[in-house]
Amino acid sequence: MGKTIAEKILSNHSGRDTKAGDIVIADLDFMIGQDGTSGVAIDSFRKMEAKKVADPSKIAIIIDHSSPSPNEGVSAIHKKIREFCLEQGVKLYDVGCGVCHQITPEQGLVVPGNLVIGADSHTCTYGAINVFSTGIGSTDLAAGMISGKLWFKVPETMKVNFNGQLPNGVYSKDLVLAFIGQIGADGATYLALEIGGQAINEMSVDARFTISNMAIECGAKAGLMEADNKVMEWVITHSKKKPNPQVADKDAAYKQVVEIDVTKLEPQIAKPHTVDNVCGVTEVAGTPVQQGFIGTCTNGRLEDFQVAAKILRGKKVKDSCRLIIAPASKDILMAMIKDGTYQSLLESGALAVTPGCGPCVGTHNGVPSDGENVISTANRNFLGRMGNRNAFIYLGSPATVAASMIEGQITDPRKYL
Amino acid sequence: MNLTGKAKLPTKKIVNDINTDYVISGRYKFKIQDPVELAKHVMEDLDPEFYSRLEKGDFLVAGTNFGCGSSREQAPMAIKYANISAVIAKSFARIFYRNCFNLGILAIEADTDGIKEGDELEIDLNGGKIINETQNKEIKIAPLPPTMQTLLADGGLVEHFKKHGGFKI
Repeated sequence: MGKTIAEKILSNHSGRDTKAGDIVIADLDFMIGQDGTSGVAIDSFRKMEAKKVADPSKIAIIIDHSSPSPNEGVSAIHKKIREFCLEQGVKLYDVGCGVCHQITPEQGLVVPGNLVIGADSHTCTYGAINVFSTGIGSTDLAAGMISGKLWFKVPETMKVNFNGQLPNGVYSKDLVLAFIGQIGADGATYLALEIGGQAINEMSVDARFTISNMAIECGAKAGLMEADNKVMEWVITHSKKKPNPQVADKDAAYKQVVEIDVTKLEPQIAKPHTVDNVCGVTEVAGTPVQQGFIGTCTNGRLEDFQVAAKILRGKKVKDSCRLIIAPASKDILMAMIKDGTYQSLLESGALAVTPGCGPCVGTHNGVPSDGENVISTANRNFLGRMGNRNAFIYLGSPATVAASMIEGQITDPRKYL
Repeated sequence: MNLTGKAKLPTKKIVNDINTDYVISGRYKFKIQDPVELAKHVMEDLDPEFYSRLEKGDFLVAGTNFGCGSSREQAPMAIKYANISAVIAKSFARIFYRNCFNLGILAIEADTDGIKEGDELEIDLNGGKIINETQNKEIKIAPLPPTMQTLLADGGLVEHFKKHGGFKI
């Protein structure tokens, strides 16, 4: 019997010929933490009575979730992280560098075939460049830092094929929302996804990150894609590390195969308060919105802002709305300044916050008021997610958010393309 | 190992897809480092009265996909420091399930339909069942995976590492 990508990467890192269901202790290529989880990881590290991390060159901590600090409680956590990184020789990406899931691939910290953990659920993002990367808790991160290893249950795999050519105005965000709406919030629990098909092959690497990023929203452990030429070119531009790309065998065993025809898809919206509460944009078009947000590890990349800027060019954000943008990294911010996207969005009435998670996690940078509706490019719309349990969060693509800001209501972006 | 306690259901109903943002909101997990203080906000966004209904040794009871969403370990930590002695759900999200055992918290998969707020339950792990003493019913429970039994027996991953100097599973 052949192997899936997940089985191959976990075999390569455990020195064993593993198959789905096996429990393995595997060597980690890289691990990350962020400011919401690393404080607890450092506490666990101390409680485990460890003195040194196994290999500081395989660890990065990124301060992105509440960055810069909005209050003294967060400041204390940031201080603890800075002191730990200095003490252990661990690379710190401090306030303003960007979101961990943009920094990690962009700075070349991970390459195809790697096994990576992160104390953040959206660590699955790097699956788009053929990295088996998965979210874990803080104490698992501490164990990983100390030993360089972690135990894994080798997952079964669900294959997902996005077939056909993407229609105009429909983006990778719409694909992943449609998929999650179809299989549900626990549709892939404990499974690795192998994502492919014509629509994936034809999209940019940045667009692919959006899809792998949201694998966790249906419970998946990883959101793996093959490393095609586009990925290998992207990786060589960003990293000096040696890639070891993995493809599934033709006779690999899949728990389930899901085929999705993208050719008739319209822009998708996840309605409050769950990510799998998905409909076509026409069903909710006209719903008033007071705040828009473009950014996050899902949709805070250069092409996301370029799409939004194109729709908003020569137009204004409606007076009843505010549009917040947060580039996913400083490099993206600099690229936006260079190509005019930044100025264009600001001229249309957007306001920009520090590269990082922005208002996604509800700690700062735009907590909505009671009764307000928000349209966001983030990956979660849970009740209270943005810091107010009396607000309502709709999720969509950057194009949908931009179009909605022109009209002050949820709007089908296709009329502005 | 037998445990007894009362069932406590967020919103007093069996709810599916209770995510870790609901268990502990982002606005608390970032600024509160004291787990006892954190525990006072457990389930607040979903059920603001939940914490005030808790008694020591209660079981948190829910439906499918409990603990989905964020990897925040502050979620099982808030449950632990709210003096909840076990979480019983129809199914769990992967990261949360793992985090529970890493913190030495018992998470049990069982068919929770029919369990009501305040029911007196007895968890009989060796017997593979939950006895609902209020309703005089028995519910079968899924056996714990061996890895999780090891972590639980050691009292969590920190104690496991201190005892073995690394992973021994």
